[in-house]
Amino acid sequence: MRLLALALHRLVWFVPTVLGLLVVTFVISRVIPADPVALVAGETATPAQVEALRRELGYDRPLPVQFADYVARLVRGDMGTSLFTRRPIVEDLAHRLPATIELTVVAMVVSVLVGIPLGVLSALWRNSLLDHALRVVTVSGLAIASFWLGIMLQLLFAMRLGWTPLNGRLQGFPPQSITGFYVVDAALTADWATLATALTHLALPAATLAVPALATLVRFTRAGVLDVMQSNFVLYERAMGLPRPLIVWKYMLRSALTSTVTQIGLLFGILLAGAVVTEAVFDWPGIGTYAVSSILRSDYNAVMGFTVWAGTIFIVVNLLVDIAHTLVDPRERA
Amino acid sequence: MSAAWFVLRRLARDRSALLGLILIALLVLAALLAPVLATHPDDVFELHPAKRLRAPGGEHWLGTDRMGADVYSRLLFGARITILIGVIAVGASLLIGVPVGLVAGHFHGWFSDLLMRVSDIFLAVPQVVLAIAIAQTLGPSLPNVILALSVTYWPWFARVVYAETRGLQKEIFIESTAALGASPWRLTALHVLPNIASPIIVRASIGMGFTILTAAALGFLGLGPPPPTPEWGRTIAESREFLPDAWWYATAPGLAIFLTVMGFNLLGDGLRDVLDPRLRRASTAPDD
Repeated sequence: MRLLALALHRLVWFVPTVLGLLVVTFVISRVIPADPVALVAGETATPAQVEALRRELGYDRPLPVQFADYVARLVRGDMGTSLFTRRPIVEDLAHRLPATIELTVVAMVVSVLVGIPLGVLSALWRNSLLDHALRVVTVSGLAIASFWLGIMLQLLFAMRLGWTPLNGRLQGFPPQSITGFYVVDAALTADWATLATALTHLALPAATLAVPALATLVRFTRAGVLDVMQSNFVLYERAMGLPRPLIVWKYMLRSALTSTVTQIGLLFGILLAGAVVTEAVFDWPGIGTYAVSSILRSDYNAVMGFTVWAGTIFIVVNLLVDIAHTLVDPRERA
Repeated sequence: MSAAWFVLRRLARDRSALLGLILIALLVLAALLAPVLATHPDDVFELHPAKRLRAPGGEHWLGTDRMGADVYSRLLFGARITILIGVIAVGASLLIGVPVGLVAGHFHGWFSDLLMRVSDIFLAVPQVVLAIAIAQTLGPSLPNVILALSVTYWPWFARVVYAETRGLQKEIFIESTAALGASPWRLTALHVLPNIASPIIVRASIGMGFTILTAAALGFLGLGPPPPTPEWGRTIAESREFLPDAWWYATAPGLAIFLTVMGFNLLGDGLRDVLDPRLRRASTAPDD
């Protein structure tokens, strides 16, 4: 019951935060530009066409009315129509969502599976060669521009060595669609050849996306474990003669991971923001590529749709992380 | 002055902070002395089609680009843009974020809550996403990139300053100064600000690295200053169609971004260790 109350308490903050995000995007799209309708209409439109469009879109009404209308439409899932594909933006985004989720989840899983153990080892063997090497890797991982890392990986592995494809998500026809995730669909239909090409296509973009997240995770896990190592309960467990692996991998990790769980929420932000440029580099047919090509085509509605979508997802994930945090840490439940 | 000297000496003892300082010094030197250091200073605007895509060698240390311009010389002039974007964007974020944090921290009530809620909304969305939306609306140009980055970065300062100011209010010396009848202005300027300067400086250094990285991404996406500006992110985007042959064209600006951001990150970490022993204990072991 306490948990339910807590979840509800967080939910109360969710609505004003999303509403605030909508105010920000509304201001960016309708208030900042000198004439938002002219932007939508494009450079070739005549003044008469612009005026007609202004009435059609309802941009001649007072701003508060426009905002209420904007929110009402979004609640119904209407983000407007893309100026380029001429389809509802929600449809465009939904169509591309599985590709982005597949890429992001793989990058997240890789960074968690590699980053957390490395962080623990780095803390346990403090000042060892491994610790110093990992420090160089994490400092570099946070300083590298992900779009450049992606291009360098393409240059080395795709162009020079020819080990991986240059870009795209698949070669040949996609597997029979069950979940929309090619890796899962190919495995479910036992289509091993497709699975293999899906995985080789994933390798470079997932690695590019995982690097900054991995660096963050190693850093925080190391700091968390070092902090816990000094604590009284670990001293007590050692005095009790508990086996070291049990102390390290069960009790210490559990305690150290509470801060890491919060980090995973932030990590998701890194991944989402990184996906925009990473997808653009690898022509990955997800929402990041959609956002970037919309920028290049001045498809102004689609860019705003993407911003609202990405912002909302990020806020939802942080909400879930908050709740997960209380589940992992018994102290929070008291 | 002696405080700054003390900090510098402590930084110089920390090897990675020293490396950060050296990298930043090199960047500043490159920007200031670009016309002197450049081997082909006119190549920022001049075209030499006959010399396009030459490999690195005697005359062109880092090769030439698609216009036949010297990559090394353009890189130096690009450092000016990078510093300009970083300094103005972080400076503007400081000018907005610090007062907002101070006001929200000093006064208690609905207005403070509102200020912090507004900054939470900005923090709730990845910076790149909002900056893309703003830069796209305003059109690609240098001032617009700086504006987009400032509008999205100030909440970080507001949050740090707010938390520190609220923490200080529990301190006895602040409470007694207020009890003696010091005005909010005097209290803030003479007692609060000097005591929260360290976390602000640390955040500013890390913010420089972060802002420069985001600016490069915006440039790469075509939202930065238009050509022929030698902005590093845009240069990388331009170089892509000439891979894998003209590898130097894509490699050089990426390395420049990498070293610059690393410089500010290392300096930020080092400053945190020197200026704020409390934070040091939280992130690393005491004997580390």
